[in-house]
Amino acid sequence: MASEGEKKAVFDAESVVKELRASFAAGTTKSYEWRSTQLNAMLKMMEENEPLIIAALRDDLSKPELESSIYEIAMVKSSCRMALKKMKQWMMPEKAKTSLITFPSSAEIVPEPLGVVLVISAWNYPFLLSLDPVVGAIAAGNAVVLKPSEISPATSSLLARLAADYLDHSCIKVIEGAVPETAALLEQKWDKILYTGNGRIARTVMAAAAKHLTPVVLELGGKCPVIVDSDINLQVATRRIIAGKWGCNNGQACVSPDYIITPKNYAQKLIDSLKCELERFYGKNPLESKDLSRIVNSSHFARLSKLLDEDKVSSKIIHGGERDKANLKIAPTILLDVPQDSLIMTEEIFGPLLPIILVDKVEDSFDVINSSGTRPLAAYLFTNDKKLKKKFIATVSAGGLVVNDTTVHLAEPTLPFGGVGDSGTGAYHGKFSFDTFSHKKAVLCRGFAGDAFVRYPPYSRGKIRLLKALFDGSFLGIIRALIGWSNSKS
Amino acid sequence: MGSQSEGKAVFDTESAKEVLKELRASFVAGKTKSYEWRVSQLTAILKMLQENEQPIVSALRDDLSKPELESSIFEIGMLRNSCRLALKEMKHWMKPEKAKTSLTTFPSSAEIVSEPLGVVLVISAWNYPFLLSLDPVVGAIAAGNAIVLKPSEIAPASSSLLAKLVADYMDGSCIKVVEGAVPETSALLEQKWDKIFYTGNGRIARIVMTAAAKHLTPVVLELGGKSPVIVDSDIDLKVATRRIIAGKWACNNGQACISPDYIITTKDNAVKLVDSFKCELEQFYGKNPLDSKDLSCIVNSNHFDRLLKLLDEDKVSSKIAHGGERDETNLKIAPTILLDVPKNSLIMKEEIFGPLLPIIVVDKVEESFDVIKSCGGKPLAAYLFTKNKKLTGKFVAEVSAGGLVVNDTTVHLAEHNLPFGGVGDSGMGSYHGKFSFDAFSHKKAVLYRGLGGDASLRYPPYTPGKLRLLQALLSGSILRIIRALLGW
Repeated sequence: MASEGEKKAVFDAESVVKELRASFAAGTTKSYEWRSTQLNAMLKMMEENEPLIIAALRDDLSKPELESSIYEIAMVKSSCRMALKKMKQWMMPEKAKTSLITFPSSAEIVPEPLGVVLVISAWNYPFLLSLDPVVGAIAAGNAVVLKPSEISPATSSLLARLAADYLDHSCIKVIEGAVPETAALLEQKWDKILYTGNGRIARTVMAAAAKHLTPVVLELGGKCPVIVDSDINLQVATRRIIAGKWGCNNGQACVSPDYIITPKNYAQKLIDSLKCELERFYGKNPLESKDLSRIVNSSHFARLSKLLDEDKVSSKIIHGGERDKANLKIAPTILLDVPQDSLIMTEEIFGPLLPIILVDKVEDSFDVINSSGTRPLAAYLFTNDKKLKKKFIATVSAGGLVVNDTTVHLAEPTLPFGGVGDSGTGAYHGKFSFDTFSHKKAVLCRGFAGDAFVRYPPYSRGKIRLLKALFDGSFLGIIRALIGWSNSKS
Repeated sequence: MGSQSEGKAVFDTESAKEVLKELRASFVAGKTKSYEWRVSQLTAILKMLQENEQPIVSALRDDLSKPELESSIFEIGMLRNSCRLALKEMKHWMKPEKAKTSLTTFPSSAEIVSEPLGVVLVISAWNYPFLLSLDPVVGAIAAGNAIVLKPSEIAPASSSLLAKLVADYMDGSCIKVVEGAVPETSALLEQKWDKIFYTGNGRIARIVMTAAAKHLTPVVLELGGKSPVIVDSDIDLKVATRRIIAGKWACNNGQACISPDYIITTKDNAVKLVDSFKCELEQFYGKNPLDSKDLSCIVNSNHFDRLLKLLDEDKVSSKIAHGGERDETNLKIAPTILLDVPKNSLIMKEEIFGPLLPIIVVDKVEESFDVIKSCGGKPLAAYLFTKNKKLTGKFVAEVSAGGLVVNDTTVHLAEHNLPFGGVGDSGMGSYHGKFSFDAFSHKKAVLYRGLGGDASLRYPPYTPGKLRLLQALLSGSILRIIRALLGW
């Protein structure tokens, strides 16, 4: 059974899966009523425990209440509500047109649950990234195991307790733990695994999935660039960049702006605007601001310090750089013109450091982005220039693009949210969540009337001609073949 | 460059790297992205098929003794349809799809833009060596990718012909065929592809996916399984039998991923069914099916031995109700029907992929569903012959497979509005029609906003008022928004 607090001596992943498989085979998760009940239970769970959730996120990340309430809880609520509203429609088979080849026939595509799925979550939005995929899995009729991140232990523990209290634990389980527990889970045969996190672990997850031919969704990250053109409303642009960077868990978000690219002659204006708005948002002593998450733990604090302290990088700090090791805080820091081969420009930053790369012309930005050889989860462009927008869309490959804002595409359920290349595979949100946890089963129905003798042996020239004409969909060809004339087109 | 025939230099990791480098350069240069390029390549495939039908039919006869009708229709005809459909619909498929946006990002507009993944690898199979090589390639081209195709070495004449034709007709800077066996495939699998499309068996699929995992390369795996046929009573038995025969022996002599693997029927129906089979089989293949020109051979002696092993197993060989004749020299096995084999026999545990058809007998037809579930992984296809609407409903609801057909076998493959692919052990991902285009595309989300009208609610310093308003906004409730605004 799932360990819900203290880790047991031996974690029996096999019996967890067995139990869930039995529940699934019994049909428990398939009914519309069950799915509806679970989603409503989740809504109730959030409504009745918002302060507790906010407190856990504060423990784990010093996450400000507004970010917890809006970017974690409200987003999950939105997902639940949308699924409840649309689920009946999503569950309906989709009619498919059939052709002359199988005439007379009718066809449809029937969504069915994959079965028993595993959701492995991340530490930075531990509530959202745990429950949002689970909403999709439930809506699609699956049994689910959720493995929250141990790097956000208060949230992990709260999730385990709330799930046990509110949800059907014969079908939905939370397994807490770290590497041993995750490894034990990954040895099992799942019908799908959705993993949110980094590329290194993602490779481990996919390799484990390969043993069982389990399909995966991998929601990873990358260096999300922001191109800032000249002649724009700099105040609005700067605020939106700050909101996406430091206003999103202090830069510890997969879609946070990682670095900026801007033309040389515009840089100073941009920097001045950033400094001005940063002070407006966080005051003169940002280390004391309550509106900034802290760095999650000392490992990541050391990692970020290393990026900052690298030779030829530390001298490029033009704003911020203050740290408070005891409280795991780093102030919003801007760097100008760091070397392209520095650590801070090769790794995903995932923190409150924002390098600005300079180019001669704004169009040169695309080469900077593409020269990294990897495709990020998101890319952003601030401009009023229609041509530049078009070139951006056509040239920059990323999971998602936003023009004139950052990160907000995450909140649009009509847009698939996922990466490409190193930033991931698969997508979810809205109906994409339902689809990702479903199998789209093709169904073709025929009757017994009208049997096409042309398919059957003994094969003959005439049959070949007729079948060719049928496949060509050419009525004339069919008629000619039927009358036994040779069709010159064949 | 890839080796294009026997006797050239060894194709190793270095060669694979070179190939990939060249294709990536072509892709980055934008060669494969234009509509015109995609049209030219698809048109070239059509021309290639048009001008080389006889050599293709010959190669398939060499490799598989495949009858001309099957080669002409099920390989070439299907491919032509794929090309024509892509040419007709591609402009439409390439268009961005508008997406509605909500109050959360108002004012804004959004769309989903399809873009090529980049450089993709297609690994094909031996049983439909032309179709299973070029059909995925059609999708990859339509979606704007550069491609390496690795045909199966178990169908060497087809592999060699494909290599020659692709080199002659297609843009060699963007589309290459690499021939070879395990060493060449391994060299290819070490590289970083933007997608790998594999058709074949579960064992190799695991190797492919494990190799893909090192580079986080997404995969489509088109595998197989034991595709069951449930035969109900009170049906048009003649039509049903013919359609089962067509899906089994007339599909490369049972060597097809969606061929009926075994039948489940009721005790009362079994004898009638066997008699009907005997009758129709004779009509189709004559009294001496080993002499019929309308049956493919078993592809090689490995598979021949494998199938004999299934037939000759103790407690199975005695269950042969029809056929069983073999010709080892010519790699032929006659259409063979077995009645009531033990459920734990090899022939009921492995995918047969050959001309042997076991019939499992149950008391009531509804028991079939349990038989299917107990038979191991979810198959690529499942079939039901019935006039009973309730049974049909139960079949569709309970049997999980890649695809289902009621009252026929295998034909769903030809319907391009249906996704063709497996689930669980029978595979992941799908293709055909627009699904092919989608399989080789990245669906990029794009959101547009303007720089006017800024919502300061998002910005620090955070306040309870901002929080209330944002909560109200996200709840979508106008009343709540007004209340929050008033309480501000």
